[in-house]
Amino acid sequence: MTEKTFTEAAREALSEAMDADPAIFVVGEGAGERGGNFETTAGLYEKHGPLRLCDTPICERGFIGMCTGAAMTGARPVVDFMFTDFILDGLGELINQTSKMQYMSNGRLKMPMVLRGCIGIGHSAATHHSGSYYPFFVHIPGFRVALPSNPADAKGLLATALRSEDPVFFMEHRHLLNLKGPVPDGEHRVPFGQAAVVREGTDATVVALTVMVHHAFQVAEELSGEGISLEIIDPRTVAPLDADTILASVRKTGRLLIVDETFMPCGIGAEISARVTEHGFDELDAPIKRLNGSHVPTPYSPSLEQAVVPDRASIEEAVRELLAE
Amino acid sequence: MSADSGDRFERHRWLYRTMFTIRTVEERLARSFMAGLIHGACHTYVGEEAVAAGVCAGLTDDDAVFSTHRGHGHALAKGVSPDALIAELYGRETGISHGRGGSMHLFAPEIGLMGTSGIVGPCILQAAGAGYSARLLGNGSVGVAFFGDGAVGNGAFHEGLNLAAIYDLPVLFVCENNLYATEVPFSHASKNPDVASRAANYGIPGIGVDGNDVLAVHEAAIEALRRARAGEGPTLIEAKTYRTRPHAEGMGLTGVYRTEEEVAEWREKDPISRFRRRILSDETMTASDLDRIEADVRAEVEEAEKEAAASPWPDGGTADRHVYRETV
Ligand SMILES: Cc1ncc(C[n+]2csc(CCOP(=O)(O)OP(=O)(O)O)c2C)c(N)n1
Ligand SMILES: [Mg+2]
Repeated sequence: MTEKTFTEAAREALSEAMDADPAIFVVGEGAGERGGNFETTAGLYEKHGPLRLCDTPICERGFIGMCTGAAMTGARPVVDFMFTDFILDGLGELINQTSKMQYMSNGRLKMPMVLRGCIGIGHSAATHHSGSYYPFFVHIPGFRVALPSNPADAKGLLATALRSEDPVFFMEHRHLLNLKGPVPDGEHRVPFGQAAVVREGTDATVVALTVMVHHAFQVAEELSGEGISLEIIDPRTVAPLDADTILASVRKTGRLLIVDETFMPCGIGAEISARVTEHGFDELDAPIKRLNGSHVPTPYSPSLEQAVVPDRASIEEAVRELLAE
Repeated sequence: MSADSGDRFERHRWLYRTMFTIRTVEERLARSFMAGLIHGACHTYVGEEAVAAGVCAGLTDDDAVFSTHRGHGHALAKGVSPDALIAELYGRETGISHGRGGSMHLFAPEIGLMGTSGIVGPCILQAAGAGYSARLLGNGSVGVAFFGDGAVGNGAFHEGLNLAAIYDLPVLFVCENNLYATEVPFSHASKNPDVASRAANYGIPGIGVDGNDVLAVHEAAIEALRRARAGEGPTLIEAKTYRTRPHAEGMGLTGVYRTEEEVAEWREKDPISRFRRRILSDETMTASDLDRIEADVRAEVEEAEKEAAASPWPDGGTADRHVYRETV
């Protein structure tokens, strides 16, 4: 184990995969010599050159479509979006082409493509640089969606994504990029569809995504002083979603809160809630609770911005309400 | 016969047979559509056969073709058999996409047919991607996009040509300008009546050809392929042509803009009879050679149709297969 930042850990996975597989190339605005807006590719250009670390014009639709064609013909593209908001310019390519290619070809084409970008609200980035949008992609057949919450998982999930034959979204929350943590040295892969039980507890289950894992964990630590025991689950991938681990936890605690920064309607919380209701209704001692970011475009001013994101206080409040049911 | 004239004979035979196969399959499909045997849309390629044949004659199975909603001709010219194509439109298990696609989702990646498409535009970007793979993997293959005049005003045209140009990708962009996008004349969709000249915007060569002259198309394609394989980058080819059937089967042949006279005029320029005349005057083949090809093709297509009609339906229980490569 070595202490690394989230970005360093992910870059290690990319670097190791690029050494092993000459079909991998990265495209993005500044992914080349500059080393990526968020240093996602720092140092790799010197090693692999411009064809494998490819600077693009600002044409998200264009390079998503180009990478789709490259993935169809034997390459393994990594699209580095900088901010995930920019993916929206290429949604037609992604949803009509990338996600459907394996199906339309009756399984004869593969679609090994990684789509990575920064997500999340913060730094007064305002509404064109704060989006996450991952629930969209969970809705579409054909995509995988990975949401690492710590450096070790960043390395392990990206390593898995870079060996997957399916298109994978790898989304990196802005508040996590410089987070440090222990990262396994050498080969380290985290399989998709395996949630992590981040903290064991008996009174309620809290499923949290990306940066919310950390907030929920701190709330759990604080409340333990009052004798409240929270179990924290980090799904790590939401497509596929490890509903079994969540159900097993709910069987133990009888109570479930889902904390997600993205919008509530038709979101990940709605999906988890529906699955737990379908398969674990009798285990529930209280209605399932969801805590989400507000259903508004992200505002700029710090006081407005804070008001639309779940934080420790709102998580604690939600937990207390859930326990009072 | 010298090696050269032997090659020429083979090439002419292949081109004629391919064009005639496309025509025969399309006319068969049009009848099948009327008979209710085709379950979805059916856009035929009648009148435009010289473009697919002329370009694909220069390709190998490793070259990747990305096609359109009007893609039967590209599929057949790339080597998809009439029975696999007809069976797909009939929705059968033996269809080229095993019934998952139909007319607008024909896939045969093993011979470089990377899909016909229900969406106008993306094929241009994907062909650039095939060019990117070819450069990255150094495998000498070429990406080819066929697209209509209707795609020229789409952002994919601009982004795809620009990307292929800046990375010097081995790609052919083949615009089949048949003057209309469904019922919208190209003159309403573009202030600039010319497509080929737009290549200059991207710093690449643009070649305009008579799309009803199969040898002219072939010659342009051969030069573009030579450039691509020599690492000289992409080429835009504009083939001016016309469809002499409706936009899709079941629609009107003429409409607000397309007139009877215009259709009749273009039927006079039919690429197959024109090539037949050319072959006879060049004496590369005799009339009886050509008649024999036609009889062969007719028999093959009738047989293919019978087989398709007798083929089993896909099992509904398999409908969720191939969404993902791996099961987690
Ligand atoms: C993005 C998109 N918009 C609209 C359509 C509907 N549509 C199908 S074919 C067509 C016309 C295409 O014209 P063109 O590209 O010139 O090809 P042609 O039919 O003339 O061969 C349209 C508008 C579509 N398939 N895709
Ligand atoms: Mg047209």
